[in-house]
Amino acid sequence: MNARFLLGALVLGVASVSLAQSGSLSLPPTFVAGSAFSLPTTGSGKAVFYIVGPGQALRRDVDLGEPVSFPAGTLYNAGHYVAILSSGASTETGQFDVVPAAQPEKISFLAKPSRLPVGLHNGISGAAYIFDAYHNLILKPLPVSFELSNQSSTVQARTVTTRNGVAWTEMDSATKQGSAKFVARVGDISSTRVIAEVPGDPCRLVMTARPDGKNVELQTAPLRDCGGNPVPDGTIVTFTESYNGMQSTVDAPLKQGIAKVEMPAYNGARISVASGVVAGNEIRWNGR
Amino acid sequence: MMRRTLLMTCLLAMPLALAAEQPSVQVEPPNLHGSRTVESQTGAAVVRDYLESWQAFRTAMDQNRADLLSPDFAGTALDKLTETIHEQAAVGIHTRYTDRAHHLQIVFYSPEGLSLQMTDDAEYDMQVIDHDKVLTTQHMHARYLVVLTPAEARWRVRIFQSEPAATPAD
Repeated sequence: MNARFLLGALVLGVASVSLAQSGSLSLPPTFVAGSAFSLPTTGSGKAVFYIVGPGQALRRDVDLGEPVSFPAGTLYNAGHYVAILSSGASTETGQFDVVPAAQPEKISFLAKPSRLPVGLHNGISGAAYIFDAYHNLILKPLPVSFELSNQSSTVQARTVTTRNGVAWTEMDSATKQGSAKFVARVGDISSTRVIAEVPGDPCRLVMTARPDGKNVELQTAPLRDCGGNPVPDGTIVTFTESYNGMQSTVDAPLKQGIAKVEMPAYNGARISVASGVVAGNEIRWNGR
Repeated sequence: MMRRTLLMTCLLAMPLALAAEQPSVQVEPPNLHGSRTVESQTGAAVVRDYLESWQAFRTAMDQNRADLLSPDFAGTALDKLTETIHEQAAVGIHTRYTDRAHHLQIVFYSPEGLSLQMTDDAEYDMQVIDHDKVLTTQHMHARYLVVLTPAEARWRVRIFQSEPAATPAD
């Protein structure tokens, strides 16, 4: 390039022309990700215009005196960039930032766990990262509403403002079992996770005994957790009989909420029952 | 939790010739606003792995080799940096980054431990090279917002995004 060139900026249709300093371009400090912009140039001859940063690398051949245009969606990754106008031995440079678009388009919602017992305080957590259409994290504070709903329990809802693009919350699992929907929403965008809320440990474990020939038949009452939810079939209940210094143990899975076993009937035996961390009643067998 | 500021210069036990190339690293105590506490070992591992990711980033950008990124980057960060490298190769340039300083602070650790967010007020030099011609060498100052997630044996950078620095260094 023989002539010194001027570089101005036309951003979103608004002209912002400024003189180039010696060796440095005068650029707007920020561009919005994905927006169209045009950079007028002055002088004559050919040049090459580069925009380079960790997020993108663009190159355009330029006829000096003609604007160099970037259509919408050309420069879209947020970050810090250097612009270079190179012509022969002459190079002019400038730095600018691309900032995320204001409009949220995507939520990355991390929720855990996917399955948990009912009645746990702050047992469920969720973190929502908010992105624009180009998957740039939107750093401007935004309100995110979190909602946890289960058909048989009251809805838990709260709104949290993002900080550095992320909002998070913790919620209690419901008192009634069921499938819960955990939703994070910002504007019209939402993301849902399904969480299985299952019964907790038995709240009360009671067995009864009756004679059955040479054996004693042991049977639990229907097992429920402290929220009244039936403990799922398959849960193991352990019966232990101690007699004359010996001990025998039988594990039985719940069937239709009840565990039932037969053990030898020894007069004077002590029989206990437990499931997980919950201990039930103890019976001293005397033949009746 | 890390309760005090650690100043690591990475110069210890390094040959003097190499020492000049090492960035200064300053780690501030976490500013978590109530999110999950960061144990000191976790914080140290995050910082270590993040700084290693800069090494991979530097080499990959200089050699236009996206394959060097995958041990350290994942998800969006990996996709975007890979795309940039492909663009650099397509237009015939490569970039040489030299990080001079990192000022790090963990600002969020998700309750379930699946993601951690850190800010990095980074100063670095960036050289843009068109084939063998150095087009420019720029001193840059940017605030990086980094999200890392745990992988099998290390933390990987999943979001690597800068925003305008509050106070330009130059």
